[in-house]
Amino acid sequence: MFRKKHYLALGVVTLLAVLILSLPPRASSHLKLAIGSWFLPLFGLANRGEQLPADLADTVLPRRELLQQINRLRQTNEVLLVQVLQAAASQRENDRLHALLAWQQQAPWKLKLANIVLRDPANWWRTVQIDLGSRDGLRENLPVLTPQGLVGRVSAVGLTRSQVVLIGDPKCRVSAVVDNPARDTGIIGVSGPVEASLVELTYLSGNASLKPGQNVFTSGLGGIFPRGIPVGQVVDSRTVEFELYTEARVKLAVNLGALEQVWVLLNPTLN
Amino acid sequence: MNLLQPILILAAAFLVVFGEALFPTLRLCLGAQVDLLPVLMVYAALNTELVTVSLLAVLGGLWFDSLSANPLGTSILPLYAVGFLICVRRDLILRELAFARLVLGTVASAVVPALSVLLLLTAGKQPLLGWGSLWQWAVMTAGGAAATPLIFTLFDWCNRAFGYQIRTETSFRPDREIRRGRL
Repeated sequence: MFRKKHYLALGVVTLLAVLILSLPPRASSHLKLAIGSWFLPLFGLANRGEQLPADLADTVLPRRELLQQINRLRQTNEVLLVQVLQAAASQRENDRLHALLAWQQQAPWKLKLANIVLRDPANWWRTVQIDLGSRDGLRENLPVLTPQGLVGRVSAVGLTRSQVVLIGDPKCRVSAVVDNPARDTGIIGVSGPVEASLVELTYLSGNASLKPGQNVFTSGLGGIFPRGIPVGQVVDSRTVEFELYTEARVKLAVNLGALEQVWVLLNPTLN
Repeated sequence: MNLLQPILILAAAFLVVFGEALFPTLRLCLGAQVDLLPVLMVYAALNTELVTVSLLAVLGGLWFDSLSANPLGTSILPLYAVGFLICVRRDLILRELAFARLVLGTVASAVVPALSVLLLLTAGKQPLLGWGSLWQWAVMTAGGAAATPLIFTLFDWCNRAFGYQIRTETSFRPDREIRRGRL
């Protein structure tokens, strides 16, 4: 049955696994990024494969269609320019009012666009990998968002890639505030393993007055996420632990399953 | 030793891990991603030496963990446990039978994720678990079972196409030839 070489192989592999598992977090993270970099050639191939249909489409798109698109874009651009002027006026007015009220001047967000390149192959985590790394100025715990709302935070940074832990994962807790008169504050917790669009909002006060459809935003507490990023909308709520506190289910504003591009917030101001 | 099989198996494991991370279609449709590493491990355990099984467990596990939020090394032991047991007991398994392979693929696809989650919980991690995890487990098991015949067929074809074929011995032996003389 078991021979000497079997015991030897079993011992070697077990020892190796235990050694790797007991590495310090920093060494483990570096080793993980180093092993992950073996996939770099495949990233290039995958990107090229994604671009190929677009390149083919470019070659067959008729000139007339392109001209029409340019015209449409010009018109849209003009409309947007007018809106930018209006927004600039509003911004000036807002700055003046802020200055009058002696509020802290909020620096404009510095955002960097990233592509989602890989998703977590394990079903029990909710993470993605993006194509920006430390050479692009990324560091751990930077907020990641889309125009629709909050996506998550950067959890590990390599030279050219980073891991983003998505909202709903146990490693991404967010302090959130409900947009109601009482400004009820709670913690965005985990989502279900299959249904990623619904997350729990826990530790709300026992007498929180929540109604379905109320918007939920980041509260700015916790030191990672700035205030005011949309998270989602309240679906329902219930009191738990002998009415000590209230829990709510929140439908996320962002469809995490369909993410393709995200923005990384490089200078989060936590006011 | 024929190096083709180990190289093919390790290359397949590398591509399988990358493919699982690159294509989220199954996850979007069924709510779970199917893991093909356990099925590859069954193939390796039934057809190759223990060295290949060990290499597949270590490298496959490390590759999987490097693209996942698992702590590095988590996937090695579950994969190796399945591969080692099958490899050691393979003389007792009717491995030429498609049904036996299917059963082994199914069991491996069910056991490996369960052991991985158990290991994570033992290490104090908090993986995303709930009633939906049972559905994900069922999808992973069924997906692994469905992929088992495909993987075996693919590797058998690769071995036939690229590997050395076993030379068939002729039954003719000169010393046993009956020489017939004239009547």
